[in-house]
Amino acid sequence: MNDIAIEFKNVEKSFVREDGHRQVILDKVNFTIPTSKTTVIAGGSGQGKSVTLKLVLGLMQVDAGQIFVAGKESSRMRGRELEELRTRFGVLFQGAALFDSLTVFENVALPLRERTKKTEKEIRDQVLSTLDQLELLGHEEKFPAQLSGGMKKRAGLARALQLKPEIMLFDEPTTGLDPVMTQEIYHLFARTQKQLGYTSIIVSHDIPKVFNLADQVIVLYNGGMDIFPSPEAIQWSQKPHIKEFVKTTMGEIYQSHLVEK
Amino acid sequence: MQQNSIAKLGNIGIYVVNDLGRMGLYLLQAIQGCFRRPFRFAEFLHQMHFIGVGSLVVIFFTAASTGMVLGLQGYYSLHKFGAEGWLGSAVSLTLIMELGPVLTALMVAGRAGSAMCAELGIMRISEQIDALDCMAVDPFRYLISPKFLAALISVPLLTAVFDVVGIAGGYVAGVKLMGVNPGSYYEGMRSSVTNHDIWLGLVKSFVFGLLVVWICTGRGYFVHQIRGAGFGAQSVSRVTTQAVVLSSISVLIFDYLLTAVLI
Repeated sequence: MNDIAIEFKNVEKSFVREDGHRQVILDKVNFTIPTSKTTVIAGGSGQGKSVTLKLVLGLMQVDAGQIFVAGKESSRMRGRELEELRTRFGVLFQGAALFDSLTVFENVALPLRERTKKTEKEIRDQVLSTLDQLELLGHEEKFPAQLSGGMKKRAGLARALQLKPEIMLFDEPTTGLDPVMTQEIYHLFARTQKQLGYTSIIVSHDIPKVFNLADQVIVLYNGGMDIFPSPEAIQWSQKPHIKEFVKTTMGEIYQSHLVEK
Repeated sequence: MQQNSIAKLGNIGIYVVNDLGRMGLYLLQAIQGCFRRPFRFAEFLHQMHFIGVGSLVVIFFTAASTGMVLGLQGYYSLHKFGAEGWLGSAVSLTLIMELGPVLTALMVAGRAGSAMCAELGIMRISEQIDALDCMAVDPFRYLISPKFLAALISVPLLTAVFDVVGIAGGYVAGVKLMGVNPGSYYEGMRSSVTNHDIWLGLVKSFVFGLLVVWICTGRGYFVHQIRGAGFGAQSVSRVTTQAVVLSSISVLIFDYLLTAVLI
């Protein structure tokens, strides 16, 4: 198996605003994401966290540079090739992105019905087993509007796991959840990753809590990025913008032993 | 200052060309999606019910009132020349060639087009369409093509219903209320309406159906890329209004063009 799941090489991405000005989001960004590990992508609002995910998924195109998924260049893929690539991914969107008009069961069964040739009985067994693992059994006939925030995330995760993804992408997975639910969701991520062995990429500003899951942290900042082999390494960085980031996001808990007495 | 204005004008130009290109490709993908397997027959029937059966009541009332007004107005005008016998011909030709296709398309745009635009817009802003893409499920085959097929079949059928109800409305107003001879109403219609007129109405209704479903679903699908629409719920409401206005205007413009070419 390839040790590198995803690689960004000199990736550039910018947007033209309505007033005609160009806003650079990623400026020659380079990083690699190791297989079967968890990488957290952090950074302030508008620094390109979600754009990075969309570039990985091919929902947006790079302006320049290359993206490789399992050694194959994905940034130039189109049509069927891109469709095939996407079957390797599972995505949990910020708002879970469940289909409003379908029940929880139909939502979770959708990728199996559309992408596999399984019989209805096999689909039913697989979906109910996943719902059981994620403690959603008994809610399968409910519609997304009838679920709590945490249940929606779990249903979204159940759907994303149906095609046994090699790479799971989580876009702000704990936004809008209370601290207890946030902790539960993190436990769930750790548990499912251990069971299934997927590569996990979490885009989040829930810092420092999300660092408990991280094997590697990437901080996006003003078009550039810094990569840290562990969450602890961020705290020892001498770069002013990282120091500022640590100070504003981690607050006193992590700052206490850095302050000179 | 002048340079700034030219830059702004250029930006608008680039946006318009981009938008037209995007919508053109969208139409091609939607048509391609109709031929991809597996075909979602249940969704197609659902859309036929929503666009077709769901619009019957509004089509019925619009057609009845239009036909009755035509009957009364026609009688008033023709009576001046002692030509009431031509009422059947005037009402049926006006309805079959012009008002039937146009008013049906406008009603479908207002009722079903707006709903389809808002539905896709909400699916876009809540990342449901992105989710389909990420599951490698083609959103055109899954979501949009069934709507296209249903509209292309429903709108001509609704137009036919409009024509029949409108002609009956003209009969009630002209014959039952104003006393025109029923035989001359029927004979006027039978002798003046040709297959070519019916064919013209059918072609128009098909093209109008395509315009309405294309513009309304396309605007909803690209809600996040439309200039000046804003964000979130506001963008969906603005784009829905824009879609109905744009599709209605397109129907009126194409009505003239098709009449000029095909008559």
